[in-house]
Amino acid sequence: MQLPNLTIREASDLLATKKISSVELTHATLQRAHEIDPKIKSYVTITDDLAIEQAKKADERIAKGENVTPLTGIPFAAKDCISTRNIRTTCSSKILEDYVPQYNATVINKLADAGAVLMGKTNMDEFGMGSSCENSAFFNTHNPWDLERVPGGSSGGSAAAMSASLCSFSLGEDTGGSVRMPAGFCNVTGIKPTYGRVSRYGLISLVSSFDCIGPMSRDVYDCATVLETIAGHDPQDSTTFNSPVPRYTQHVTKSVKGMTIGIPKEYFVSGMEAGVESSIQEAIRTYEKLGMKIQEVSLPNTKYALPVYYLLLFAEASSNLARFDGTRFGLSVSENAKDVIDIYLQTRHKGFGDEVKRRIMLGAYALSAGYYDAYYLKAQKVRTLLRRDFETALASCDILLAPTCPTTAFKLGEKTSDPLEMYLSDIYVVATNPAGVPALALPAGFSNNMPVGMQLIGKHLDEQTLFQVGHAYQQETDWHKQLPNI
Amino acid sequence: MAQQIDTEMVKHVAFLVRLGISDEEAQKFSGQFSSIIDYFNMLNEVDTENVPPASDITNNTNVLREDVAKPSMSREEFLNNAPQSERGYVKVPTVLGDE
Repeated sequence: MQLPNLTIREASDLLATKKISSVELTHATLQRAHEIDPKIKSYVTITDDLAIEQAKKADERIAKGENVTPLTGIPFAAKDCISTRNIRTTCSSKILEDYVPQYNATVINKLADAGAVLMGKTNMDEFGMGSSCENSAFFNTHNPWDLERVPGGSSGGSAAAMSASLCSFSLGEDTGGSVRMPAGFCNVTGIKPTYGRVSRYGLISLVSSFDCIGPMSRDVYDCATVLETIAGHDPQDSTTFNSPVPRYTQHVTKSVKGMTIGIPKEYFVSGMEAGVESSIQEAIRTYEKLGMKIQEVSLPNTKYALPVYYLLLFAEASSNLARFDGTRFGLSVSENAKDVIDIYLQTRHKGFGDEVKRRIMLGAYALSAGYYDAYYLKAQKVRTLLRRDFETALASCDILLAPTCPTTAFKLGEKTSDPLEMYLSDIYVVATNPAGVPALALPAGFSNNMPVGMQLIGKHLDEQTLFQVGHAYQQETDWHKQLPNI
Repeated sequence: MAQQIDTEMVKHVAFLVRLGISDEEAQKFSGQFSSIIDYFNMLNEVDTENVPPASDITNNTNVLREDVAKPSMSREEFLNNAPQSERGYVKVPTVLGDE
């Protein structure tokens, strides 16, 4: 039995029946991470001692039978934009390279309360700006299925670590596909919850009105287990919903017969890799066999999703990243600084990578006098239309089905010279974030030996249906059980 | 509609976001910005007459809480992360100029 390959549910059963201990599981997973990760480079920080300490506590909880949850004793990794008290949190940026937060994000506290074991922090595109993890200021992360390819981004480290069994689940963060796109590239399951379902407190903001923390896992059941633990109202984040969190796992096995899947016709256009298209068509046939109805729907403003998304991202990010100014925390460059502005200019010049610089400058441009109406305001209006598109399409069906990316994972370096070309890889995943709707990504097959991802998109706060429909697919297929040979 | 963003404009927005920038960088970004902004101009095709701008996507109304003092991070702990501090304050060079 390879302990790191277990699902949360399998490991949890073995822990509950005392066939294994959390220390054994955590130790085995840490050992594997130290052995394999030098090739993949998914972790920025591995917290060995702390993990073993937390595992011991989890074992005590289990021994006493006190407060045991399905995540007690389960090792996980968190994207490095999620604040962890006394553990370096870098956003894979030079400007936060040595930053150690004084507090935990709410999701970290919730997982600690549940008894989960934090193993470390994972690599990402700097501040979440990128689709390949190549914008990390530290190093590239490699796709466990082919080390010459990217893991996707921006939560590339979390996806690669999950894919290579270097943790039992991970936390990613999805601003415009950053959980789903790398999940698809690495053959793991991941969800972008409804905006406001999971607290953003302690998440280092990229786009405050898009950002969603979401779990990545081996299968849908595990994903539901983690989401029901981390979701819910938080007084520290006024955008979180007050409504109770359903026990998703109790209902995942419900039949999907008679439900309707909408296929957005705008998503099936030229440019899609043949193997991706055939995998998605095969998934549709699987659902037909399960008694689901398939109907074509239209999201007429799809072609505008990408410019809307990027414009609003640039604008919000330029404002959010103003806090990194070299005076209160993080990198500070003050050589011969004659005034405080000098510190800002030097610190930000040295601390930010090119993609971050591009985006905050373009954001300032889009927000500046004379351009505000033409760009920012116009994008917010088209955003309303994008949201209406989803409302209209989802009024006639239960969920939508689409690929997560037009291609499988591309090669390292293939798209780094042209920023716009890189942006286009997000074409299927960006529209959900301006609209706020939830979407679940799951493995749907292989094209030229590389994983194909599909996503199910649902109504606001209807993660339940996504899990149910995703779980039904994973009962019929075993793509999600395929592991990279590494 | 191609829109040129020249190096002067790049330097101007760099200063707006308090980002130091070299001439070579301004040159490089200038070319990239023009093609990205050109791509954004695609939005001009969309008819948004009578469409309100999105503001909030959760339909939340005002979220208020009782105004009660609670323990928070200590000054000492906060200052652990400050690059420079003195007598319990964050220290920076001159903020206001001579004028």
